[in-house]
Amino acid sequence: IYIYIYIYIYIYIYPFFLKKSVCNSKMLLYIGQCIFSGILYSLLSISASPPKTIHIGRASSGGGLPMSVLVHGDAALNEQEKELNQRLRRLYPAVNESETPLPRSWSPKDKFSYIGLSQNNLRVHYKGHGKTPKDAASVRATHPIPAACGVYYFEVKIISKGRDGYMGIGLSAQGVNMNRLPGWDKHSYGYHGDDGHSFCSSGTGQPYGPTFTTGDVIGCCVNLINNTCFYTKNGHSLGIAFTDLPPNLYPTVGLQTPGEVVDANFGQHPFVFDIEDYMREWRTKIQAQVDRFPIGEREGEWQSMIQKMVASYLVHHSYCATAEAFAKSTDQAVHEELASIKNRQKIQKLVLSGRMGEAIETTQQLYPNLLERNPDLLFMLKVRQFIEMVNGTDSEVRCLGGRSPKSQDSYPGSPRPFSSPSHKASSSQPHLTGNGPPRSSRDDEYDVDMEVDHFTNGVTESSSNGFLNGSSKHVESAQSKRQLCGGSQAAIERMIHFGRELQSMSEHLRRECGKNSTNKKMLKDAFSLLAYSDPWSSPVGYQLDAIQREPVCSTLNSAILETHNLPKQPPLAQAVGQAAQCLAIMARTGSGSCAFASVDDYLH
Amino acid sequence: MATHAERLTSGEDRDNRSKSVTSPITTDQSDHWKTSAILLQEVTATSRHYVDRLFDPDPQKVLQGVIDMKNAVIGNNKQKANLIVLGAVPRLLYLLQQSSSSLELRTECAVVLGSLAMGTENNIKSLVDCHIIPALLQGLLYPDLVFIEACLRCLRTVFISPVTPVQLLYTDPTVIPHLMSLLSRSQRTQEYITQIFSHCCKTPEHQTVLFNHGAIQNIAPLLTSPSYKVRMQALKCFSVLAYENTQVSMTLVNVLVDGELLSQVFVRMMQRDQTIEMQLTAAKCLTYMCRAGSIRTDDSCVVLKTLPCLVRMCSKEHLLEERVEGAETLAYLMEPDVELQRIASTTDHLVAMLADYFKYPSSVSAITDIKRLDHDLKHAHELRQAAFKLYASLGSNDEDIRKKITETENMMDRIVSGLSESSIKVRLAAVRCLHSLSRSVQQLRTSFHDHAVWKPLMKLLQNAPDEVLVMASSTLCNLLLEFSPSKEPILESGVIELLCSLTQSDSPALRVNGIWALMNMAFQADQKVKVEIVRCLGTEQLFRLLSDPDANVLMKTLGLLRNLLSTRPHIDQIMSSHGKQIMQAVTLILEAEHSTEVKEQTLCILANIADGNTAKDLIMTNDDTLQKIKYYMGHSNVKLQLAATFCISNLIWNEEDGSQERQDKLREMGFVDILHKLTQASDANLSDSQGRSEFFSF
Repeated sequence: IYIYIYIYIYIYIYPFFLKKSVCNSKMLLYIGQCIFSGILYSLLSISASPPKTIHIGRASSGGGLPMSVLVHGDAALNEQEKELNQRLRRLYPAVNESETPLPRSWSPKDKFSYIGLSQNNLRVHYKGHGKTPKDAASVRATHPIPAACGVYYFEVKIISKGRDGYMGIGLSAQGVNMNRLPGWDKHSYGYHGDDGHSFCSSGTGQPYGPTFTTGDVIGCCVNLINNTCFYTKNGHSLGIAFTDLPPNLYPTVGLQTPGEVVDANFGQHPFVFDIEDYMREWRTKIQAQVDRFPIGEREGEWQSMIQKMVASYLVHHSYCATAEAFAKSTDQAVHEELASIKNRQKIQKLVLSGRMGEAIETTQQLYPNLLERNPDLLFMLKVRQFIEMVNGTDSEVRCLGGRSPKSQDSYPGSPRPFSSPSHKASSSQPHLTGNGPPRSSRDDEYDVDMEVDHFTNGVTESSSNGFLNGSSKHVESAQSKRQLCGGSQAAIERMIHFGRELQSMSEHLRRECGKNSTNKKMLKDAFSLLAYSDPWSSPVGYQLDAIQREPVCSTLNSAILETHNLPKQPPLAQAVGQAAQCLAIMARTGSGSCAFASVDDYLH
Repeated sequence: MATHAERLTSGEDRDNRSKSVTSPITTDQSDHWKTSAILLQEVTATSRHYVDRLFDPDPQKVLQGVIDMKNAVIGNNKQKANLIVLGAVPRLLYLLQQSSSSLELRTECAVVLGSLAMGTENNIKSLVDCHIIPALLQGLLYPDLVFIEACLRCLRTVFISPVTPVQLLYTDPTVIPHLMSLLSRSQRTQEYITQIFSHCCKTPEHQTVLFNHGAIQNIAPLLTSPSYKVRMQALKCFSVLAYENTQVSMTLVNVLVDGELLSQVFVRMMQRDQTIEMQLTAAKCLTYMCRAGSIRTDDSCVVLKTLPCLVRMCSKEHLLEERVEGAETLAYLMEPDVELQRIASTTDHLVAMLADYFKYPSSVSAITDIKRLDHDLKHAHELRQAAFKLYASLGSNDEDIRKKITETENMMDRIVSGLSESSIKVRLAAVRCLHSLSRSVQQLRTSFHDHAVWKPLMKLLQNAPDEVLVMASSTLCNLLLEFSPSKEPILESGVIELLCSLTQSDSPALRVNGIWALMNMAFQADQKVKVEIVRCLGTEQLFRLLSDPDANVLMKTLGLLRNLLSTRPHIDQIMSSHGKQIMQAVTLILEAEHSTEVKEQTLCILANIADGNTAKDLIMTNDDTLQKIKYYMGHSNVKLQLAATFCISNLIWNEEDGSQERQDKLREMGFVDILHKLTQASDANLSDSQGRSEFFSF
């Protein structure tokens, strides 16, 4: 417990001071900012994220040095865990681990009492009498093999064959008796070392492969596409052992005589057998199947359908000139007037450049009843407007701001390092919500990552140098380049005023339409920006990113289209969405081929 | 081969159409075919017209004529044949070489010739007879790339045909270097040239020529070409260059492509998402490099990559051709290495997988699909012989693997029927397989006898080409080992005569096997058998074999003599009838330059003779021989000393009549001193086993 407290002090408190002493010169300014944002905060009188988060964020970012000294043993472990996670992600990219976690170790709960586990539940040893087959004992992995793996593989190294080497390696379903070797019972499958036989839910084995003993590495590969299984010995495939396997099998090992010890490798280390090569073959097979899938028997039908999809996509997103040209060259009619497309284009441009005030105004002019009928939409737009005000990009504060509009305008159009914005946005989410005490060095790095991300947002400097160096520059850059509402006092006042309006609008909405957790969270997040001296590098700073304009833009666009009785989603997006959903359903229903048919592969 | 040709023809259409922009006739091909099919006569008439236009005085009209001809022949074999018969080829070649011809005309001529070459084998023959090859090779000297490509394309088509003599590529020594220099011109030149090389490299001489002109350095970079065809053809080049060629293989192993070792490039080409053709060819390259000794057999790129890749190629999901090539290459790869054999025998159920090779044509295909049946029939022999080869290689060293093979479903029956198949290739492979399995004592005693494999084997020996005879007689040697239950029935089937006739063969291998089998047969045999062997072989032949230039033959003949001269009655009987010649031959061998093994064997024969009752005298009365024995007793080689001493010990054996006289004579000749020396010798065998009692009774 003392050590714990010690660590706690080191992690949370010490670095905080360290941090302050590093940026000593800026201290005064820093405190001043804190007070200032505190005032703003109280002005708004809402409960934003607890101030504690500030400490955590900062503390951990500076806490690398002392912590690494204290928890050195854990660091090596984390290194292995990191490698494991990386390998599993590379091998099984289609698996959604929040739904179907991958096996990472043997389960201390799902084993017979004669089985002992050690070394992070990866090493299995026998501790029974081992007199008769009745003394056999098995252990299952923590989780069953997810179908979305497509091809799943694990290896077991025989550390010692013990007295007789009666070892079985294989698979079993949940609930199969653990007082047995894998393969002897229904829904249980195994390859045994003493005779080299395979056991397919039966007490009598079939001649299968060579025997195995101390020093050998036995691998077990489950093909979830054709529901077969083969084993490997020291990197050599031994051929199919089982067919027609049921779903949801667990990796299983069984031992029977004293002294038997085996180690599992679920991806902690490189495999002896080249499983990735095998996966390549199946990826190629599945993709060839997709490519060769027969389409439309009538000639031209397929082509014209694709053309329609492309055209509707272009129209939907108001790429008028392109849409017009495309429609012309493919001889199609456009189902919306050009003027209407242009209107939508105009609004979208405004939203995407952060000029929300103008966007709302224009929408109200062109589509008079739209926002009145959609108070939630209006609220969303206004919240975005508030954020843009903080950002200094909204038209209302920009005219008040002292900074040249030019540099601000370049914001939305400036080249960003992110290739796919939506991914970035969603992937940064977990870092931000994970605000528990960062105990591992990994969390620590995540936070560093986060800061780096924000650097690229505003500052062009390379982020490769360490955070110690980076953090001081960071304060500077925030001072010189990014200021609240563009740095104008009038603009800040306007923003605060607007915030109050938004608050009352929210209350009004709640009275009218009842509680709405989405709206509440949205407002809370937006207001949280003011809780930080530098909103851009705060945990909620992602909202200021221009990428966040895109969902707002598409929601507004969809709402406009809906009033014209046009689909709120283009067929192309729908098709992509449906394909993704199909793959998710395939994963849930046990069709392993979903592993090798990712929608993304076809979009790039 | 048929599918190959089809593919080329369709490729031709695509290539040509892209070039016929100037042509007014881009008519529907299918229409054209219909017409030609219905109105053959008319076609001949139009063909005549096409040829006539080539002789027009107006060069512009000639050009148009050639272009029209090009469009007319695409995919139309009948039209091609007609034009050739009507003499279009010499005219086209004339136009191609004529200095007054425009570049465009020349190019179009080359394209038409290329098109004509895409037809039947007869077309190719006619083209070659018209000396198209030197003309086109000459054309490669022009600077224009399009023209060069057209020439190369036609040359490629001609050279990849089995009817073209590959030697034509090598007659002019400047051709190969020029082709090498053209490799850098374009992807097309790369594809065509590498394809020509890979088809025209058939002998070690060809390999050397290509190697000396820098084939490796020039072709290696093409392995990373963006074009699949170029990569593939370059890879094929390496496979033919490295085949049984140590020089090439040793060079290849050090070649870097983009900073990567060539073997690693090949490994990447064996990845399972590559085409089967590429995987297979890359595996061949590594196999050849391994067999030439430039890659160790325990190298991971052999053990973990090449071998598994080749095993995969044998699986049912691949084309029959691929399975044949895979099995043959695998057999070659692991032939000399027992560890590879062990690994392969447990990989992917290979032994069981091969059993499927014998199921063609399958009963299903016979009924349902004539085309399939035809295809299966065509490959059935190839499949069987490949499987036999692979089994032979798998079982050549390891007893457990042999057991596994013989336990495969109907294995022995398959070998038995394979021995009498019409295809020589299958017979040879089957007997190779049988030979490999016959090295197992257990199999000789059980399955070989159960299936009476000796019967078809004997039949095979009656009338077969030498290569089959070598294998079959070698197998027979094993079947005639004394513990083999097949020995008796084989003896009764008149094998002696057959074996004796083998000893008269021109082939040393056959002579060895013949005499070897006789030697095995004579081991602990009845007097009757021995007499029969001597009678049948004839002393003359026996002594001819004793002066055989092949040391192996000599050794086995001596072995036969030794086996014949065992047990006292046999010794005396044979020595009484052939003693003089035998002694003569023995003396000759002891006098001549021979290896110690030969001399040892000869001394052992003397020792056996000395064991006879009456035969002893033949030695005792021959002072010359006794001197020789004395000499060898003092020889520096222990084995020879041992054999010579053994001989003396037989002569002085106490319990026999006349031993005292013999001892006296030998004492006179000074053997005692030598024996005394030997008792102090370092070798335990010499001082102990040679019976001190006898020596000291001197």
